[in-house]
Amino acid sequence: MMGHFNSAVVIILMMVGLYIVIAQGNLIKKLVGLTLFQTSVFIFYISMANVEGGTAPILAQGITLYSNPLPHALILTAIVVGIATTAVGLSLVVRIKAAYGCIEEDEIEASEN
Amino acid sequence: MAVAIAIVRTRDLFAVTMLLSIYGLLSASFFVTLDAVDVAFTEAAVGAGISGLLMLVAISMTGRKEAKPKRKPFIALLVVSLTAGLLFYGISDTPDFALADAPIHNHVAPRYIQDSMAEIGIPNIVTSVLASYRAFDTFGEVVVIFTAGMGVIALLSASSENTQSKKAAENTLDQQHLVIRVVTKILFPFILLFALYVQFHGDFGPGGGFQAGVIFAAAVILYTMLFGLSKATKVFSQSLVQFVAAAGVLLYASVGIATLLLGGRFFDYNALAQTPVAGQHIGILVIELGVGCTVAAVMMIIFFSFHELAEQERQANKDKNRESL
Repeated sequence: MMGHFNSAVVIILMMVGLYIVIAQGNLIKKLVGLTLFQTSVFIFYISMANVEGGTAPILAQGITLYSNPLPHALILTAIVVGIATTAVGLSLVVRIKAAYGCIEEDEIEASEN
Repeated sequence: MAVAIAIVRTRDLFAVTMLLSIYGLLSASFFVTLDAVDVAFTEAAVGAGISGLLMLVAISMTGRKEAKPKRKPFIALLVVSLTAGLLFYGISDTPDFALADAPIHNHVAPRYIQDSMAEIGIPNIVTSVLASYRAFDTFGEVVVIFTAGMGVIALLSASSENTQSKKAAENTLDQQHLVIRVVTKILFPFILLFALYVQFHGDFGPGGGFQAGVIFAAAVILYTMLFGLSKATKVFSQSLVQFVAAAGVLLYASVGIATLLLGGRFFDYNALAQTPVAGQHIGILVIELGVGCTVAAVMMIIFFSFHELAEQERQANKDKNRESL
């Protein structure tokens, strides 16, 4: 079980994020939950890339064992894309607030009916 | 993890944002211990810095308190624990943590590690993968970021027509926080210089266009928060920032077109110069510059849009209060 410690941490973080997205009504809180979910995926990729006894993937003399550079490149761009999409989500929330006067899911639904 | 659970419990959105920033900083340090220095760099700048700021500006417009949930979250808990159970069942098949001969390390990674010095000629393998081997992917990411920036403009600037009220909305923070203002003025050039260093040193150490763009934007955002939008837009006017965002994407794409015209494949930098390695150097430098321009400009666009709307709202509230008096 110790060998899968990283996956266990990732699953718990991911489920916390998923729980926030499902159970909480506040739209900003939902975005925070999505961010948590996203970060758990980042941690999963980076922990997969790690190698026992390896070092950061910057070539240097006398070092032969590096961690896997490919997930690093993927996640690096994903982080910046993530914040850009979160910003789009936040601006949608701001527009919803302007249109409905609130950002709670229940109240929005109530005002629709 | 404790921080994550605290986020669920807390109903004060301001505190949630602070916790989210702490979480970002923690995961950045976690990435350092996992040997992913480039990623840690990005996460520290984005997760601990920019994302918290954006959340704060959004909260200032939407209100701080979260309502108490009316329904009991049993169904949600059930779904979540069911999914968790399935995932825990699934991990028993995955390779152990940090095993050197896990499948992931036997695919394309050995080639990147062994041959990238001879083929690309720069020590930072992450940069070679990002900017050369997988340049087409990265181009897609840059376009997504650019599109997100455009989306924020489209969503937020629809209502921003009254510009003359902006002048009066300044001076809110101007007169206070003397220490922070002096420190910011001293730090500002150094942050910009550091961003440029990160931009152009990305071939040799951790860094590159994405990190540099975020750091550059963070410096400008810090300045904007303290001195007001109108002072910041004297240098970084909306149209200039939007132009730079588009120019970055164009710069990136034109490198691809140039390699096509010179007889190579799309983003095959070997065609750019006499020797392949020199071509790779030129190609990576130019596209990293394009990435840096776009990321910095889009981050500024997003923050400016939010900030402008927030200032207008504050002004509108002030007017309303005056009328009611």
